[in-house]
Amino acid sequence: MDTVIIQYNAGNIQSVLYALERIGVTAQVTDDPKKIKAADKVIFPGVGEASTAMQYLKERQLDQLIVSLKQPVLGICLGMQLMCAYSEENNTECLGIFNEQVKQFKPDNISIKVPQMGWNTITHLQSNLFKGLDENSYAYFVHGYYASIGKHTIAQTNYILDYSSALQKDNFYGVQFHPEKSAKAGEQIIQNFLSI
Amino acid sequence: MLTKRIIPCLDIKDGRTVKGVNFEQIRDAGDPVELAALYAQQGADELVFLDITATVERRKTLSELVNKVAHKINIPFTVGGGIKTEEDVSILLQNGADKISINTSAFNNPSIIKSFAKNFGSQCVVLAIDAKCEANGNWYVYLNGGRVKTDKLVEDWAKEAVDLGAGEILLTSMNHDGTKQGFALDITAKLSETLPVPIIASGGGGNEQHFLDVFTKGKADAALAASIFHYKEIAIPDLKSYLHHHQIPVRF
Repeated sequence: MDTVIIQYNAGNIQSVLYALERIGVTAQVTDDPKKIKAADKVIFPGVGEASTAMQYLKERQLDQLIVSLKQPVLGICLGMQLMCAYSEENNTECLGIFNEQVKQFKPDNISIKVPQMGWNTITHLQSNLFKGLDENSYAYFVHGYYASIGKHTIAQTNYILDYSSALQKDNFYGVQFHPEKSAKAGEQIIQNFLSI
Repeated sequence: MLTKRIIPCLDIKDGRTVKGVNFEQIRDAGDPVELAALYAQQGADELVFLDITATVERRKTLSELVNKVAHKINIPFTVGGGIKTEEDVSILLQNGADKISINTSAFNNPSIIKSFAKNFGSQCVVLAIDAKCEANGNWYVYLNGGRVKTDKLVEDWAKEAVDLGAGEILLTSMNHDGTKQGFALDITAKLSETLPVPIIASGGGGNEQHFLDVFTKGKADAALAASIFHYKEIAIPDLKSYLHHHQIPVRF
C-alpha cells in the first residue's frame, strides 16, 4: 500500500511520518501532484495558522488537487479545519469539502483557556475510523478554533460547547485531535484509516 | 472533559538528562530517549525537553535528540533552550517537536513571540518564565536560567507575551524549584485566573498532595516536575490514581 503525507508548511508532518513508522508503515512525504494522486491513502496533516497554510496550498495548486482526490484522505487538526468551508482564523476561505464552519473558541469565563490544550474524550463515535475504540477514549487536542457540529460530524468533544472532533464526507475524513500524538488510541485510529 | 496534564521535564545537557537543584548542582539522571519512552508508557500526558547546552554544537545535538525522541514516543512534547529565530523553530518542528518553549530570547526580543505565533500558530509557542519572589512580595522575571534578574513583574510579562501570541505559559518558581516543598500556588493561581491561556506550574512538586494543591488552589492546567520522576520518588500511575480519587480529571 502506498501512503503519502502531503508536504506543506505545516508543523507536524514529521510527527505523522514517525507515527506511521511506529506501526510499521513507510509513508512518503511529498507535494508532487502525481504521487499524491496515485497514492492509496493520503494524509493531510497540519499544525499552524489557517491563512498562511491556505496561501501556501494555493500557490502550489495543492488546494485544487486535494478536493479532487478519490482515495481515502485523512485531515489532521489544521488539515481538518482547512477541509471545512471557512475559518475565522484570519478570515480564511478554506477547501470547502465539509460545509462546517471553523470558529474561534470564545469562553465567557477567563478560567476556561484557549487554545484547548491537552487530553479530552471523543464521543458519539460513528465511523469505521473508530473501530475498536471505546466511547470516551482520550485523544490529544491543541486548538483554538473548532468545527461546528453538522451533518458530517462523526465524533464529538465537549470544550466550552459540543463540537466536531471528527468529520467525514465520502472519502474525506478529518480529525481535530492528533492521532499521531494520542498514544494507543491514536495508533488504532491511524491503523483503522489505513484499513479503509 | 479536558484533563489536567502531568508533564515530566527533561533538562538536557550535551544530549543527556540532568536536573539542577535550585538551578545549580547538576546531576546526571539518564538517557533522555529512554526516559521519554518510559514516561510515555507510564501515562505521562506530555513531555518537556529543556536544553541547557552552552556549546555552538547545541542546535545540531538538540535537533538530533528531538528526532530520536519523535521516532520513539506517541505523546506530545515541547522543546526549549536557546531558540531565537524562525529557523530554529522550523528545524525543531521538522524534527518532530510539537511545541517550542522560549524564555530569555523572547524577553530580549518580544517580537519573536508575534512572528512565531503568526508563522507556526500560537498553540506551539510556549512562553517559559523563571520567576522569583523577592522580599517585597513581588514576583520578578529572571533570565539566563535564573542568573539575571530583571525589574519586570511576572504578571506584566506574562500578559504582554499572551497579547503577542504566546499560547501557553510555563511558570517556574525559582523559590520552590528543587525544594520538593510544593508549588508556588499564589502566583500560579494569579496567572491562571487572569490569563486566557493554559498555565503549566513548575518547581517544588515533591509529593502527591502538592500536585493536588496546584490543580485546586493553584488553578494550574498542567504540572511539571523532573527529579521526583527521574529518581522514581513518585510513579506517574500512582500520582494519577491519587488525583483521580480526589476528583481531578486525569487521563488513564
